[in-house]
Amino acid sequence: MSSPVPHLLHLDATTVRRARTLSRRAGKPVVDLAKSHTTVSVERATLRLAGLSGADHDNVPWVNHLVDAVRGSVGLDQGATTPVWDALRRGEAPDLLTLAQKASSGGVAFRLPDGRERAAARRAARTAVAAGIRTIDRQRAARERLVRRHGDPQQKPWIYLIVATGDIHEDIPQAQQAAREGADVIAVIRSTGQSLLDFVPEGATREGYAGTYATQENFRLMRAALDESSKELGRYVRLTNYASGLCMPEIAVLAGLERLDMMLNDSMYGILFRDINPIRTFVDQRFSRQVHARAGIIINTGEDNYLTTADAVEAAHTVTVSQLLNEYFAKEAGLEDWQLGLGHAFEINPDLPDSFRLELAHALLARQLFPDAPLKWMPPTKHMTGDVFRGYLLDGFFNLVGAMTGQGILLVGMMTEAVVTPWLSDRDLALQNVRYVMNAAGGLPEDFHPPRDGVIQTRARHVLGEAVELLERIVHDADAAGDPPLLAAIADGTFGSMKRPPTKGKGLDGVVRKAEGYDNPATTLLEEGARR
Amino acid sequence: MTGSPGPLVRPYGDTTGDGMVQLSFTLPVPHDKRAEGAALQLAARMGMEPALLVHAKAMGPDFTFFVVYGSVTHLVDLREVQVLEREFPLLSSKEINAAIKARLRRKLVVVGACIGTDAHTVGIDAILNIKGFAGEKGLEYHREMTVVNLGAQVLVPELVNTAREVRADAVLVSQVVTQRDAHIHNTTAMSAAFREAFPAGQVPLLVVGGPRFEEGSAAALGVDRVFGRGTTPGEVASYLVHALVTPRTHPDPRGSQR
Repeated sequence: MSSPVPHLLHLDATTVRRARTLSRRAGKPVVDLAKSHTTVSVERATLRLAGLSGADHDNVPWVNHLVDAVRGSVGLDQGATTPVWDALRRGEAPDLLTLAQKASSGGVAFRLPDGRERAAARRAARTAVAAGIRTIDRQRAARERLVRRHGDPQQKPWIYLIVATGDIHEDIPQAQQAAREGADVIAVIRSTGQSLLDFVPEGATREGYAGTYATQENFRLMRAALDESSKELGRYVRLTNYASGLCMPEIAVLAGLERLDMMLNDSMYGILFRDINPIRTFVDQRFSRQVHARAGIIINTGEDNYLTTADAVEAAHTVTVSQLLNEYFAKEAGLEDWQLGLGHAFEINPDLPDSFRLELAHALLARQLFPDAPLKWMPPTKHMTGDVFRGYLLDGFFNLVGAMTGQGILLVGMMTEAVVTPWLSDRDLALQNVRYVMNAAGGLPEDFHPPRDGVIQTRARHVLGEAVELLERIVHDADAAGDPPLLAAIADGTFGSMKRPPTKGKGLDGVVRKAEGYDNPATTLLEEGARR
Repeated sequence: MTGSPGPLVRPYGDTTGDGMVQLSFTLPVPHDKRAEGAALQLAARMGMEPALLVHAKAMGPDFTFFVVYGSVTHLVDLREVQVLEREFPLLSSKEINAAIKARLRRKLVVVGACIGTDAHTVGIDAILNIKGFAGEKGLEYHREMTVVNLGAQVLVPELVNTAREVRADAVLVSQVVTQRDAHIHNTTAMSAAFREAFPAGQVPLLVVGGPRFEEGSAAALGVDRVFGRGTTPGEVASYLVHALVTPRTHPDPRGSQR
């Protein structure tokens, strides 16, 4: 990715280094905590890599049955795979699916083997899980081949459009039409209920509220359709979904297996905005990011949310802090700069004097702090009032900031935001808006150099300063239980005034502290970079 | 024209009585002369006479987008317009606190949530959080109010239990994103659950808000009040004071809500 001219903002290099040092200090204890725990969803994701899929007649997935059965008899603190492959070796069932089916009715006696039997079970588990990892590797290679064949979009930013009908068979023609109209990235929004489901629904789905369920089959169908579109259009059209909520690790695995190209995956979104337990989130997060790193998936983070729930000027530095934390957690999990679609948004109240200059300052700050990341630039929602004419102008200014500051991914704003789900004509008008601005002003980064110590430079440096102050506060935070400072900060309402203690939140009962001798072949393969 | 408008009015473009309106829409037909004729036919049937097709553009091979300007033949009679007038006075934060303190003599307890699948807390946050909306501070800002914001995707039983635990005077439910009338189903399920869980007359004041609710649909939904798009925290707070604190025959509003 080409970086814009350096030193556009004259940021103080020492301050930038300090911000990264503090992010590492805040993040490291949380990573240690994540390493010392597993979750039901991490274990289920591992079984999915070994090829276990499908669900019973009540749509309860077999991975849920098997993990629950193991947990009920020998616990999960050694990991699910050792007792599972031990049972297979003892002939409890001829294969994984049959074992899960038998286990669902309590028909399997699990145990924790020792010595040679343990080693053999672990070897067998590793062989089975490695097959899934190699599928992910093959899908990554296939993507690279298709990008070479069809090409990347000709322009930056890539144009990102959302499809959300609830019915995968309606989504497909809409997505293909959106691609024809110019979308480079299609995001299929999930049904709003999905983040709190502790299982991944199965099969092609036609029923969802304000979105379509993320399922392996839906992923496969949509990717196949966009492969057709890529061929038709002569550019590789990317597909996005959501690795978030209680099943984040499993959805990450399914995305890797079905060659999704981008996944929304924020380090704290689930905690703050969905009240998911913080430890559950950080454990699931790390595993899912390791999978994304391996799969060559670009993650998209959710900093826009800080601005929709708080004032976009006052809270500007919380975006920077979140971006820095997301960067630390992402790199620790093996993601590279080109995979970091760090988020930010155009959400300053348009009635505020100089709002456009402030937007420019904030967008440039993100661009300068993360020069090699494909930043994701998100359109106004909070100040879209239903006056579609004013909204269209606002979206034009949003596009202009995107063009002037070299953003990587541009989520197309709809003038009917907050009125209706986008109509065909809304999308067409929105894309005309983007094309006009890119055509008219796409070359502006060459000419645009904010004057030294002007409003833009001063504002950007001010926000960075506030971000460092907030990070200082976070690393010195503490609670009575002696939790990592970042968890204490999340608990006392440092982010978005939402208090999320590590002892509360959804999905806590699915968190298990690892015992001595815990084994997970997926984690091992991902951390070693091994194929077998 | 000066003074108050007459009872019969027409849209105003640039001259009184010209009846001018603008309209945009899409027809599922390829862009050609026939499509433009079809657009004008639709405009005529909608009462635009004469109609001027100012813009037509193909959107892909199968659709055409139109912008039409024209004079509508319809008149509207202001005497026949029915509006739901705000039934309560708007109070300042100071007046709200004073009213609660003087007449209720304890904190007014409000529980808020987004229920069902709706994960969008912007509405409830705008009303409850100190930050507020449209320059008005949220309900939390009021010294005399205790606010419990349960956030998103709250299950109805959880909402009922919390309301009982904290002895809520009012329950505020927000529904922002909705499809296939989910907001209506969720709201009626919620009001039914409260009616079942609390003895008659002790049900907290039930208030729902969201851009898709129709004004005046409170009775059909089984709630006390519906707020639509653009509602400010001050309006909600004033309503709560009006409904819960204003003197009435029973001294404690908890026992006199229905």
